Amino acid sequence: MARDVHAQLAGVTRVYPGGGEHPPVHALGPVDLDLHKGEFFAVVGPSGCGKSTLLEVLAGLQRPTAGTVTFEGKAVSGEVADGIGVVFQEDASFPWLTVWDNAAFGLRRSGVAESKLRRRVDDALAFMGLKDFARAYPSQLSGGMRQRVCIARTLVLEPRLILLDEPFGALDAQTRLLMGDEVLRLWRQTGATVLLITHALDEAAMLADRIGAMSARPGCFIEIIETGWPNGRDSTIVAEPAFGEITGRLWERLRGESLKALGHSSLAQSAPPSALAAE
Amino acid sequence: MTRIGLIRSAVIVTMIAALELACRTGLIDHRIVIAPSEMASALVTLLASGSINADIERTLGIIAVVIALSVVLGFAVGVVIHALPHLREALDPFFATYYAVPIFIFYPVLIAIFGLSPMPIVLIGVATAIVAMIIATLNGLDRVPRVLVKVARVHRLGRVSTALRLQLPATAPYLFTGIKLSVSYAFIAVIAAEFILSPAGLGRDISDAYTDFENRRMYALILFLLIVATAVNAGLHALDMRFAERRSGGGP
Amino acid sequence: MTATRRALDTLAILLAILAIWEVLHRVAGETALPAPAETLSYLIRTVPTARFAENAAATAAAFGLALILAYGIGLAIGIWMGAHRLSGAVGEPILVSLYSLPKITLYPVVLLIFGLGLSAKVAFGAMHGILPVALLTMGAIRAIPPVYLRAARTLHLSPWQTITTVLLPAALPEVFTGLRIGFTVTLLGVLLGEMFASKAGLGYMIMNAMSLAQSKEMVAVAIVLFGFAALANALLLWIEHRLHQRV
Repeated sequence: MARDVHAQLAGVTRVYPGGGEHPPVHALGPVDLDLHKGEFFAVVGPSGCGKSTLLEVLAGLQRPTAGTVTFEGKAVSGEVADGIGVVFQEDASFPWLTVWDNAAFGLRRSGVAESKLRRRVDDALAFMGLKDFARAYPSQLSGGMRQRVCIARTLVLEPRLILLDEPFGALDAQTRLLMGDEVLRLWRQTGATVLLITHALDEAAMLADRIGAMSARPGCFIEIIETGWPNGRDSTIVAEPAFGEITGRLWERLRGESLKALGHSSLAQSAPPSALAAE
Repeated sequence: MTRIGLIRSAVIVTMIAALELACRTGLIDHRIVIAPSEMASALVTLLASGSINADIERTLGIIAVVIALSVVLGFAVGVVIHALPHLREALDPFFATYYAVPIFIFYPVLIAIFGLSPMPIVLIGVATAIVAMIIATLNGLDRVPRVLVKVARVHRLGRVSTALRLQLPATAPYLFTGIKLSVSYAFIAVIAAEFILSPAGLGRDISDAYTDFENRRMYALILFLLIVATAVNAGLHALDMRFAERRSGGGP
Repeated sequence: MTATRRALDTLAILLAILAIWEVLHRVAGETALPAPAETLSYLIRTVPTARFAENAAATAAAFGLALILAYGIGLAIGIWMGAHRLSGAVGEPILVSLYSLPKITLYPVVLLIFGLGLSAKVAFGAMHGILPVALLTMGAIRAIPPVYLRAARTLHLSPWQTITTVLLPAALPEVFTGLRIGFTVTLLGVLLGEMFASKAGLGYMIMNAMSLAQSKEMVAVAIVLFGFAALANALLLWIEHRLHQRV
């Protein structure tokens, strides 16, 4: 079932140049990825494997050291293309604006008519369950709600590709599952292509059509797993046996990589990691 | 020295060299600013001659007295105020405003009361420096973990013992910040006072040298004061950094 | 309830100060320190006079110009050193050392360069104010979460839009603290300048009154300056609190 390729990474590598006392860091790649139109793709991998770098390169926030990035047939380089929306790991809500003004922020700058802007913002806030908090300031809201404000701000721009960088990292486990339901709802409603970065295997297994398991740094895809979930899924699929299989398979591929990632950080200690590498 | 330290030294050296060049080539009128090398040699001559020794003693002596009084009294007053929360609340707006008002404006009034003795200088110096110490003491005492006082009670330590053996060391870093500020304010207030009006002292010397058009002497004295003030502040800052390391760094 | 209690406390402290003043007056004598009541009546009589207005205008002119320079130069330096990491790292200790220096030491140099008069006072005042504005602005810019810049790019903002609609509001509260402290020290700088080599201004009025042994004038003018500084600071603090509330 050949579907349109919406965005593509071909042979992408990212090396952070060294500076002064720091040697260059080969953070990512080489990575090949075809994102199909309207699919939900999750990227999982150990910390430091370059997942966030992959997202930023895809978004146009960083240039790859090698390889090409394309979105809707056009090359992506150096600037964020129109039609791409990004939700970051850190809280990027602007504390000096109300929730409403935060959501309206991106659209304001693009010269859309006031009435249209108002409608889009109201719809986005209603969709994210923030209608009652339109006049509140982010500092008055919880972390999860602030992330929803950021998502609303992205939604208002009606992106065709939505990139989410561990958006629920700071939240507790139950809230994460519920937010997962929200993201699925968002995905179905907008019909956008979604790329979600997460370190939580269960989150990836529950949300995605396809999951890319990434190796330890420099990150490359070890395997891409197809989940085969129906479109109308929600968090209750965690009860399905297939869910357990998928998570099990992911861990099988990633356990060794996670150990390697841990081994990298323990280079500073004297104990040799050789015992850990024994497989 | 770190790379940034090297760059900084290079910047400073370059600026001094530029000033030197500008003065030597006549770009800057030597009746306005003299070359740094001339300032330095004038200072060496002045110090060697011993003619300003008395003034150095007087000024630095007054500054030392101001620092001692401000730190000790400031600490004592801070401790007392901290123990009386209602008083502290009442004084809060005054402390908040204290450094916003030109305290120094009262120096002439002090001269009117005490005459041209070191007294008004000491008083204005203490008035300027003491509040920084009081505020630092209050902050420090605030940050003493309550559990320490409970531990003291478990060990049946008296109030004075608790204060000296537990609260004082716990407050030490903040007190040190207070001392740093007091020193800085002491220098500023005393030299300003001597400059505006004083029978003697380095500030008075500079003022005289200015009115007598003795540029070499004036710049020598200015250089001396700047070096002393910078050295003292830098020394305290270095100490502060070392304490900070011990506070936050190290440990399991 | 607490607001009235705090007001009463403040009143109590003010009365205590007045009481101490009265006691000191009795001890020091009329020529040294006038009584509070007389000083107050002298103040009320003097402030509306032309002589006072002229001097106040002179101080205000010097202060206003010095403030514009302090804010303008201080903000420029602070923004540059905040945005450009290397310059900030190199320059910060230099600024901090300059901040704690007794700058009165350099006043004669200022006088030599600018001559006696308004420009010297303005330069001296500005010299004082530039430093806190620069240091706090630099701190404010450094404290801007980097994610804001990335978010601005994903929202397709131009560099100018990023600066005006994201960076400026994010940095504003701390920058404003710098402006408030800059206000204070610039005023002090101008007054110090007037106390030494000036023939006009409120600082000069005080020194002149001292040389003529007019203690009432000395204290009265000092009180006016105090009051102005205190009120201005209270206002700026209030604005500052409002700005900080949302962040």
